[in-house]
Amino acid sequence: MEERKHTSSHYEKELQEIKNDLIYLGALTEKAIQLAMDSLTQRNSDFARKVMAEDDEIDKRDAQLEEKCIRILALRQPTAIDLRFITTAIKITGHLERIGDMAVNIAEKAIELNQLPRLKPYVDLPRMASLVNEMIRNSLDAFINENLELTQKVHEHEQVVDDLNEQIFRELLTFMLDDSKTIQRAIFIMQISKNLERIADHSKGIADMVIYMITGKSVRHQELSIS
Amino acid sequence: MDANIIIKLKNVNFYYGENRALTDITMNYRKNKVTALIGPSGCGKSTLLRLLNRMNDLIDGTRVEGEILYEDKNIYSPDLDPVEIRRKIGMVFQKPNPFPKTIYNNIAYGPKLNRVGSANLDELVEQSLKQAVLWDEVKDILNQSAMNLSGGQQQRLCIARALAMKPDILLMDEPTSALDPISTAKIEELVEELKKVYTIIIVTHNMQQAARISDETAFFYLGNLIEYNKTEKIFTKPDVKQTEDYITGRFG
Ligand SMILES: Nc1ncnc2c1ncn2[C@@H]1O[C@H](COP(=O)(O)OP(=O)(O)OP(=O)(O)O)[C@@H](O)[C@H]1O
Ligand SMILES: [Mg+2]
Repeated sequence: MEERKHTSSHYEKELQEIKNDLIYLGALTEKAIQLAMDSLTQRNSDFARKVMAEDDEIDKRDAQLEEKCIRILALRQPTAIDLRFITTAIKITGHLERIGDMAVNIAEKAIELNQLPRLKPYVDLPRMASLVNEMIRNSLDAFINENLELTQKVHEHEQVVDDLNEQIFRELLTFMLDDSKTIQRAIFIMQISKNLERIADHSKGIADMVIYMITGKSVRHQELSIS
Repeated sequence: MDANIIIKLKNVNFYYGENRALTDITMNYRKNKVTALIGPSGCGKSTLLRLLNRMNDLIDGTRVEGEILYEDKNIYSPDLDPVEIRRKIGMVFQKPNPFPKTIYNNIAYGPKLNRVGSANLDELVEQSLKQAVLWDEVKDILNQSAMNLSGGQQQRLCIARALAMKPDILLMDEPTSALDPISTAKIEELVEELKKVYTIIIVTHNMQQAARISDETAFFYLGNLIEYNKTEKIFTKPDVKQTEDYITGRFG
């Protein structure tokens, strides 16, 4: 799409700044997820504590971003694509903030698990984590580049993550049925899996807002029918 | 004609001498709606507005092609009286232009001349001023000069003057561009009231104003109608990229 610039270069700069801030915030959340997962797989609880400490930064940046968007709404009174861009940005930053919280949840469970003997090698969880990180990246790339194809990829990945979550759940169920001593650990792992699945949901939420931004159509709360 | 449509333009071209100011305009205006005409300076908004009540007739060397139907009659057909058309299709201009007369006579002058509602002029004056939400401010000074009113009051007086002619349609060419925010808000409020009875076509350079008060918006560029859509659509997701560039300030 041919991109025209605003007559007001200040306005142009403000919008660009929102993009940059969102990319940065997205990178912070990805890093938090990665670190929380490393804490689990490498049985290093320092990583997890770092995730918890750094969540303040994510919260702070989310609040600042939201404030910037509200300022633009008030002072620039954006219309059309600018309006859709700003409302989308506000939603995205909210999703990223929640993703940060889920990384913290994962970190907390990792600390618990690290104090207990290893139940099983982690195979599917890291796969899930790398999938959700890719979803976050794709949904943000879709936003920055107004790319509908990438939003579709996010939707596809969400399905895979859902399936993995269910598979992990079933597998852990057999552990618990076999040996009740595994129940506590199995539940922690399930909770981690559930948090990853919720992160995938938030990424899908971002992608849906991007679809709205590009097409003007809301796809939330309905099955996507892009063929 | 569809009962909801009050004016219909079919393939209208308009020329000032050799220069074409409007190109192949086809559009319908809906009854009891507010239609906003937007577009960059010189795109032909005022020209189009003046075309609708034959004000362009007053300019030498102009020429119209195509059809402009007002209630099924071509307003440019020779057997229609332009004065009668201007009575039915009133106009309010950018700068308030009261006559150098009393407030009362500003309103009464036209009806007296045209014998509109001649039964009771006092009543007509009061009614028109009330419709223009000016009555309370001027009811005790009706015999003072209109020139002493504030700009915002003068503009509402001009609206009252147009309403006193009992028009069907009110054309407004940037009616608030010379007014402060409060007076502007009053005129905008008035427009929302008036559309219950009248059809309003308004030219504005204020995008937020178009968004606030109009039901439909038409975007013009270089004498062409680029997009004509529901206002909500135009300001959230216009169909044409050029429209989007314009209303978001990415033009020129
Ligand atoms: N009386 C006139 N004689 C000759 N050309 C004219 C006349 N009035 C307008 N034009 C030309 O017609 C074109 C359209 O002018 P018009 O006044 O309709 O534009 P507009 O959209 O109302 O602009 P603005 O937003 O500045 O009021 C312009 O190129 C203008 O120069
Ligand atoms: Mg004009």
